[in-house]
Amino acid sequence: MKQQVAGRRGVMRAIVGLVAGAMIPLGAAQAADPVKVGLMLPATGTFAALGTAITNGFKQYVDEQGGTLAGREIQFFTVDDESDPSKATENANRLVVRDRVDVLVGTVHSGVALAMARVARQRDTTFIVPNAGADDLTRGFCAPNMVRSSFSNWQPAYAMGKAAAERGAKTAVTLTWNYAAGQEAVAGFKEAFAEAGGEVVREMALPFPNVEFQPFLTEIASLRPDAVYVFFAGGGATRFVNDYVAAGLKERIALYSSGFLTDGTLEAMGGNGEGLITALHYAEGLDTPRDNAFREGYVSRYGIVPDVYAVQGYDAAQLLHAGLEAVGGDASKKAELRAAMRAATIDSPRGNFTLSAAGNPIQDIYLREARGTENIVIGIAAEALADPATGCNL
Amino acid sequence: MDLTTFLIQVLNSLQYGLLLFLVASGLTLVFGIMGIINLAHGSFYMIGAYMAFVLTSMTGNLIASILLGIPLAFAFGFILEKLLFVHLYKRDHLEQVLLTYGLILIFEELRSLAVGDDVHGVAIPAIFSASIPLSETMNYPLYRLVVSGVCLVLAVGLYFLIQRTRLGMMIRAGSHDRDMVQALGININHLYAIVFAIGVTMAALAGMLAAPLSSVYPGMGGSVLIISFVIVVIGGIGSVWGALVAALIIGFADTFGKVLVPEFAGLTVYLVMAAVLLWRPEGILKKG
Repeated sequence: MKQQVAGRRGVMRAIVGLVAGAMIPLGAAQAADPVKVGLMLPATGTFAALGTAITNGFKQYVDEQGGTLAGREIQFFTVDDESDPSKATENANRLVVRDRVDVLVGTVHSGVALAMARVARQRDTTFIVPNAGADDLTRGFCAPNMVRSSFSNWQPAYAMGKAAAERGAKTAVTLTWNYAAGQEAVAGFKEAFAEAGGEVVREMALPFPNVEFQPFLTEIASLRPDAVYVFFAGGGATRFVNDYVAAGLKERIALYSSGFLTDGTLEAMGGNGEGLITALHYAEGLDTPRDNAFREGYVSRYGIVPDVYAVQGYDAAQLLHAGLEAVGGDASKKAELRAAMRAATIDSPRGNFTLSAAGNPIQDIYLREARGTENIVIGIAAEALADPATGCNL
Repeated sequence: MDLTTFLIQVLNSLQYGLLLFLVASGLTLVFGIMGIINLAHGSFYMIGAYMAFVLTSMTGNLIASILLGIPLAFAFGFILEKLLFVHLYKRDHLEQVLLTYGLILIFEELRSLAVGDDVHGVAIPAIFSASIPLSETMNYPLYRLVVSGVCLVLAVGLYFLIQRTRLGMMIRAGSHDRDMVQALGININHLYAIVFAIGVTMAALAGMLAAPLSSVYPGMGGSVLIISFVIVVIGGIGSVWGALVAALIIGFADTFGKVLVPEFAGLTVYLVMAAVLLWRPEGILKKG
């Protein structure tokens, strides 16, 4: 008996619902729908801190806009990608297929990001890359549904090659881990260095993540180039710089790198990193009103100083905002949303940037000098630098 | 390659090999004498390095930290054996792998909770912070030479302990026939706990000594585990001298591989291993 009542009540409710639904115009119904954003970032493992910084940056921007973008609430879905390429497809599918997110955002690890790009393309989901620097993402792999708020590995390396030659180096030796990011960086450095009349006399590489650098330092000491270009990050970066200093090479041969050598590692280097010159699309001491406001907002929200990853997360949200504005918040208008992201000028803490046709930022690359635990800007290594986007047909 | 460069590369090889020996010696003891495949060995190395970092930030001195860390590591190994590893002796290798792999995950997570995931540096003690000029452009850090010296002393000490002392005699006897040693009135369980604790201490000491050179970072244990097994297998399971010889061979193979055939730098170590095993399938020096 009770069940029957409940059943009848349910039917009544459904009818009322149907009638009410029919009376509200379709557009207004959609205006209430939140935009679903899938954040697929590392929450554990070596890159956990980077994932947190990106999330913080993204949420800071949404928060600054009053919690909505183009009048829509933002509903977050998160997955820890563990920086594991073998789980990447499954993880991306969780967000894209199960949660049906409108926009997929991720990640740090390039191998994972390439797998995400595949899933996003198959399902025609809008995809924003807030870090992974693999050149391929905006070259052979480029697609209308994908944009990047960070950089390509080629960009800082190319800028560094140009700056190294301008700073008087005629010969250089390169050293990196034998993996894609390192090879792409070395190729970028070599290209610019050669264009400026320099010569890379030796390219050296060691298997990832081997950190026994001593044999290479001995080779560098015997080759005596004007400059050394390396691509290392994290623990390997710290160890390399410490060994380079201990071998007495720092005073004799200039050491250059893409910014990751000295980002988040200066404290661990214990003073050995002081004065190192690196190139990157963000730096401390920019001292622009835009950057200062961003940094203050970040510190007051999270109690720590923002880094380049936080900026990239912040700008990923800005890109999404630009896209949503153009379609009145209706994320289902995919083509218009994507076109608007590519057409936008992003008012980034790093300075304004636009996207290339391939979807990679056209941005200034700063030359920075390590002072204390900060990388202070000392100039612009390359202005409005665009990745060549070789192999992209967009 | 001129002569100076060549000689410095030889020094690099020796220095690297000796450090590898220090890490691998504990593994060869535990593997050879107790018959345990200890995948968590790299974690003990990692724990040692983090101990050096934490203790140094408290005491302000690496040498004091190491002196403090050695008994801590020994006690840790002893307790771990009594709680967990004691259950493994009569079980097959698969269960050993399961437990020790589980320990890797547990130790990594505990490390993450306790110290976080940042990269940390450990300062070289002031008295060893000098560099010795070897050529016009190349200095050699004194600390690396000191570490090599310590490794040599430990190699000799370990050999002496196992071959020339009463404890060593009991350990060797225990590895041949566990039941017979027990029948003779020796507390074999206690003995094994000591061997295991020595193994843990060697790994942790390697981590502590290497901390200023390698810096301290998540996942550092995994990087030494595989190379340690390579050394144990090449050297002959359970042989301390074998581990020393194998570590030096690997030191040379790795160093000169990187310089002479950089394209195959990742392979040279394993090619050497394959060659040695074809020549002597039981390792260079058999257990003895």
